[in-house]
Amino acid sequence: MNQSLGIAALVVVLAATIGVGVYGLRLSRATSDFYVASREVSPLWNASAISGEYLSAASFLGVAGLVMAYGVDMLAYPVGYAAGYLVLLLLVAAPLRRSGAYTLPDFAEERLGSAAVRRVASVLVAVIAWLYLVPQLQGAGLTLQTVTGAPRWAGAVVVAGAVVGVSAAGGMRSVTLVQGLHFWLKLTAIAVPAVFLVLAWRSAGSPALTGDDVPRFPHATVVALDQRTTFDVTAPLTIRATGELDGRSYAATAVPSRRDGSTGVPVRLGRGEHTAAAGARLAFPKGAAVPHRKGLRPATGAAWARPLSGAGGRAHPLYAVYSILLATFLGTMGLPHVLVRFYTNPDGRAARRTTVLVLVLLSVFYLLPPVYGALGRVFAPQLLLTGQTDTAVLVLPQITQAGEAGRLLAALATAGAFAAFVSTASGLTVSVAAVVSQDLLKGSARGFRLASLVAGVPPLVMATTTAGLPVADAIGLAFAVAASSFCPLLVLGIWWRGLTDRGALAGLVAGGGLAAVAVVVTSVRGPGHGWSAALLEEPAAWTVPIAFAVMAIGSLLTRHRISDAAVDRVMVRMHLPEEVTAQAYPPVPQVDVPPQTTGG
Amino acid sequence: MTGGGQPAPPRRVAVTAPRRKRAGGWSARAAAADLHAQPRLAQVYARAIIRDQLRLALGVLAALVVVLGGVPAAFALVPALRTAELLGFRLPWIILGFVAYPVLVAAAVLHVRHAERVERDFTDLLRSPAEDPTAPAERAVHAERPEQGVDGEESG
Repeated sequence: MNQSLGIAALVVVLAATIGVGVYGLRLSRATSDFYVASREVSPLWNASAISGEYLSAASFLGVAGLVMAYGVDMLAYPVGYAAGYLVLLLLVAAPLRRSGAYTLPDFAEERLGSAAVRRVASVLVAVIAWLYLVPQLQGAGLTLQTVTGAPRWAGAVVVAGAVVGVSAAGGMRSVTLVQGLHFWLKLTAIAVPAVFLVLAWRSAGSPALTGDDVPRFPHATVVALDQRTTFDVTAPLTIRATGELDGRSYAATAVPSRRDGSTGVPVRLGRGEHTAAAGARLAFPKGAAVPHRKGLRPATGAAWARPLSGAGGRAHPLYAVYSILLATFLGTMGLPHVLVRFYTNPDGRAARRTTVLVLVLLSVFYLLPPVYGALGRVFAPQLLLTGQTDTAVLVLPQITQAGEAGRLLAALATAGAFAAFVSTASGLTVSVAAVVSQDLLKGSARGFRLASLVAGVPPLVMATTTAGLPVADAIGLAFAVAASSFCPLLVLGIWWRGLTDRGALAGLVAGGGLAAVAVVVTSVRGPGHGWSAALLEEPAAWTVPIAFAVMAIGSLLTRHRISDAAVDRVMVRMHLPEEVTAQAYPPVPQVDVPPQTTGG
Repeated sequence: MTGGGQPAPPRRVAVTAPRRKRAGGWSARAAAADLHAQPRLAQVYARAIIRDQLRLALGVLAALVVVLGGVPAAFALVPALRTAELLGFRLPWIILGFVAYPVLVAAAVLHVRHAERVERDFTDLLRSPAEDPTAPAERAVHAERPEQGVDGEESG
């Protein structure tokens, strides 16, 4: 890979981020600037910032990777990511903005008047944000490794450092400016190479995507492995290898092979499992069926393009699709960094209109990743062997465009990827930092800076010490936890007078807890088979109904705890237009006078 | 927000009637002060507007669930759809990769329009409780609202 251009792209993104961050720092004076950008952000810029923050590693890299490996069913992710914003608009956007709650714990306390619920909500915010941050940092590591060959942890450390620094230095205002910028960078970075990709596909004679054959190498291909990889060979073939393969070392030969120029030693690979060590280089002849990474079943183009075919070896595809849809529909509203953003709208009406704009921007973006997923099977099938399908967006531009143009496109894609990691990660860091600093450090700007560190370090440790799932799957688990905890809290809290603090507490613990357990089990034991694996890998379909049921039943059983006057007050503020309520009720306290946890 | 039918004036008009005697007509401050002074009034208002907004939101949500949620079910029930082609592309890819997004945006625009209308009607109602300020076209949105909803307030 072209190291210098890739590094240049990374440096430009980070420099622009920090530059705008410092510019923002000069503008932010009061504590409220740090938290909520003083609520003075224009609608389009705010929508760009929301979209920029939302389009994470999962959207930029993960969707293409999953589509490439598992086929059309995976389009449920981008559709769900976008539809989640529609559900948020329908059920949450305006009332939540009007409630004046700045964070989810604020909302819990304001609505239910309970310090206990607030504390549980704070813990859940941190858990969800950390779950969401880990794949961002792992994506950063993968990207930097793909582009420069640096070790995995390096990219994670770079992004975590930049994010903690920016959020500690500038807070929300700078984050808003940066994220607005990042959206347009990401859109450009995925759209421009996509055009070239489609052109390359056409000029290659539009090879069929839906044929009855498994992916084959379009030409003699040397696959360099960054890490120890186990793969399955379905038809015996002879390759040329250097490095360690199946426990034997092969040194490079002096004379390159006449056929593919490889200096590897010819090795006959029989059917079955083979393991290559990190640093091995395997040269495959043209037309050979691509061996797939262990656990990924080779799928014919026909199966890959057909819904519910279970292509790639996913169990129970219909259940998985519905569970993904449910988690993303309902999880979006429970993501801490998404909610904070709504506070930057001046009123409930603006919150609604901004959401529509966000939906438009996201829709345009999500048209593009499937292009990479589909054409990746034609142009870069070796990613199915290395298992790094998440890098399809990064490597395809350079494979399909020769020379300088390809290098520039690859640099652009790298810049977009880093924009994705940095903007989502900074949004998450800010929201966790806000919760930590308000609940633990009395809400001062200095406390916020300290809290940024608290928010950024644990996921960095997790990201560098664990291997990780595919990026979009890992994000899907964060969505599942959010959908099983905050979604019922918000929906019932906003629309149902009968929600009580005890009911909410029970629902948060039951739903969030079960989903979190499923996440932990899935992460520890890796991909599995059968119903138990399907239920654990896509837990939303059962944890969300449980959370709603526990919250509702718990509230009905503790009905006596409802204070009519208090509920009315909150309901009036959330649902009546601002011009009516503004006079009757004092404006919501600014966050430089943080809401105290009085518990009542 | 009952808006409503010509028979039997909406109950809420009776609740807000005393304010018409206030000198100087409507002002946001006066209306708001009323809400403040009469928690019961605010509660009635809030319940009415919550019901309207919730009905609107659930309506759009139901449509979304049927349309988008129906796609995988359709593929499961009618296997021919899985490989159907349209304009040289596979139908599932067209639906999930492209058509879904304009549908989402259209649903969002529709919802925002109606939600703002509900709020505008509500503010208008506060402004002049005696006459019905809603235009006929706008009234149609709430025409199906049953009157008995207001009676339910007394039990709560």
